[in-house]
Amino acid sequence: MRISDRLPDHPDFLWADAEPRKSYDVVVIGGGGHGLATAYYLAAHHGITNVAVLEKGWLAGGNMARNTTIIRSNYLWDESAGIYEHSLKLWETLEDELDTQVLFSQRGVLNLAHNLADVREGKRRVNANQLNGLDAQWLSPEEIGKLVPILDVSDRPRHPVVGGTFQPRAGIAKHDYVAWGFARAAHALGVDIVQNCEVTGFQTSGDTVMAVETSRGTIGCGKVALAAAGHTAVLAGHLGVRLPLQSHPLQALVSELLEQVLDTVVMSNAVHVYVSQAHKGELVMGAGVDAHVGYGQRGSFHVIEEQMAAAVELFPIFGRAHVLRTWAGIVDVTPDASPIVGTLPFDNAFVNCGWGTGGFKATPGVGSVYADTVAHGRPHELAAPFALDRFTTGRLIDEHGAAAVAH
Amino acid sequence: MLRIPCPHCGERDETEFHYGGEAGVDYPADPSALADDAWAAYLFLRANPRGWFRERWFHGSGCRLWFALERHTVTDEIRSA
Ligand SMILES: Cc1cc2nc3c(=O)[nH]c(=O)nc-3n(C[C@H](O)[C@H](O)[C@H](O)COP(=O)(O)OP(=O)(O)OC[C@H]3O[C@@H](n4cnc5c(N)ncnc54)[C@H](O)[C@@H]3O)c2cc1C
Ligand SMILES: [Zn+2]
Repeated sequence: MRISDRLPDHPDFLWADAEPRKSYDVVVIGGGGHGLATAYYLAAHHGITNVAVLEKGWLAGGNMARNTTIIRSNYLWDESAGIYEHSLKLWETLEDELDTQVLFSQRGVLNLAHNLADVREGKRRVNANQLNGLDAQWLSPEEIGKLVPILDVSDRPRHPVVGGTFQPRAGIAKHDYVAWGFARAAHALGVDIVQNCEVTGFQTSGDTVMAVETSRGTIGCGKVALAAAGHTAVLAGHLGVRLPLQSHPLQALVSELLEQVLDTVVMSNAVHVYVSQAHKGELVMGAGVDAHVGYGQRGSFHVIEEQMAAAVELFPIFGRAHVLRTWAGIVDVTPDASPIVGTLPFDNAFVNCGWGTGGFKATPGVGSVYADTVAHGRPHELAAPFALDRFTTGRLIDEHGAAAVAH
Repeated sequence: MLRIPCPHCGERDETEFHYGGEAGVDYPADPSALADDAWAAYLFLRANPRGWFRERWFHGSGCRLWFALERHTVTDEIRSA
């Protein structure tokens, strides 16, 4: 079947653009993947339909439309395996759940090792993953060469491929369809999606958030759920709460449309590059964050230059591809490279943030877990380890090995 | 690419520098006297403003000195601290 035959027709209206009402049972701030998924699960699984998603720009115009869509669950620690694998399982049935296509393609994610330290870290992670029942494998250079023939696995002095971790059930999806699918399904259940509505402050009374102030007026809230990704620190600041977040530019790029040459996602932490080939044929590549704090949705070109140098070394065939387009999002990074999901120091305020460079894969998982947390006013068991107080208790969930560059 | 004005060497490419995050975060005078939340704040809480930000840079490929400057985190405009 041709790819274009598998794409749904471009729809006219999937959801209505709502005028904000005076108040809602739950106000979700941020109309990215996480906010939309949370609203959907609130309505679909908890019967809470008097819900608004407030988005300052346009639906999914933030990181949701800018990410490179890598989905995997092979993180090191039990807590991470819990929430990311919960999400991966939901991806496997998401098209049925939402009754729409999301082009989830379980083509496998390969993480290359280039030196002894990479090998040790990778094998440790594979072992940890297997103890958690995940489909993690360690591959030799020969096996990698068979899996990805265009990858140079010869014995080179710079960045030799000496092995790699592989998760066959991992893959990619089409981010727009995911956002539209959640928006449509949430809207059908009665959720209001309000675009061009920026939250600028909060009205509180004691430990209760009474209302949110927006560019379109004051909106009362029974509960308020932050899902603003890179801007969460700014919002929390309006509530007088400091969060351990730094917002960084994170860039990605695509090539022109090419013949299909790559049916696996390949990442390399050590040389700071990863690549997949999208359904239409463009090579999708990314790297690590720009080092400085930034809200401008643009990064520096030298980061791209470095990642291209590494990519061409690993994949000589890419030497003649062209960079067609580059862009950046704003990602909210925590000190331990794990998210923060749970309650804020108010009776009725909740936070979901800190997914940094890797929260697309969590969209259905965190949507369901966060909705449950908001609905019941206490952390879902998969969210509990990711509470804000871990930075005080010291129970950090250090995923730098699994998440520093790899998304 | 940012152009960073080193107070000692003049304006140079960002690639000559390392980033040091928020400026003016002092090591606590008596760490063991701090309560857990104050220690956690010292370790993990840094300003993350959308707007002007006073931050540290290290000129690794030049004078090898640390200095602070103010940068606007949306426009990347820089003014001296
Ligand atoms: C270049 C790049 C590549 C990435 N690659 C991957 C990847 O391969 N795999 C992966 O798992 N993750 C990846 N990520 C990370 C992933 O995109 C994010 O972790 C995830 O999208 C965050 O959740 P979200 O979709 O809700 O965020 P967003 O889409 O950013 O949603 C937050 C929304 O909140 C809105 N908002 C902010 N402030 C306010 C306000 N005051 N009032 C109202 N609305 C507000 C914003 O406009 C935005 O739409 C990548 C990110 C980037 C930038
Ligand atoms: Zn200097």
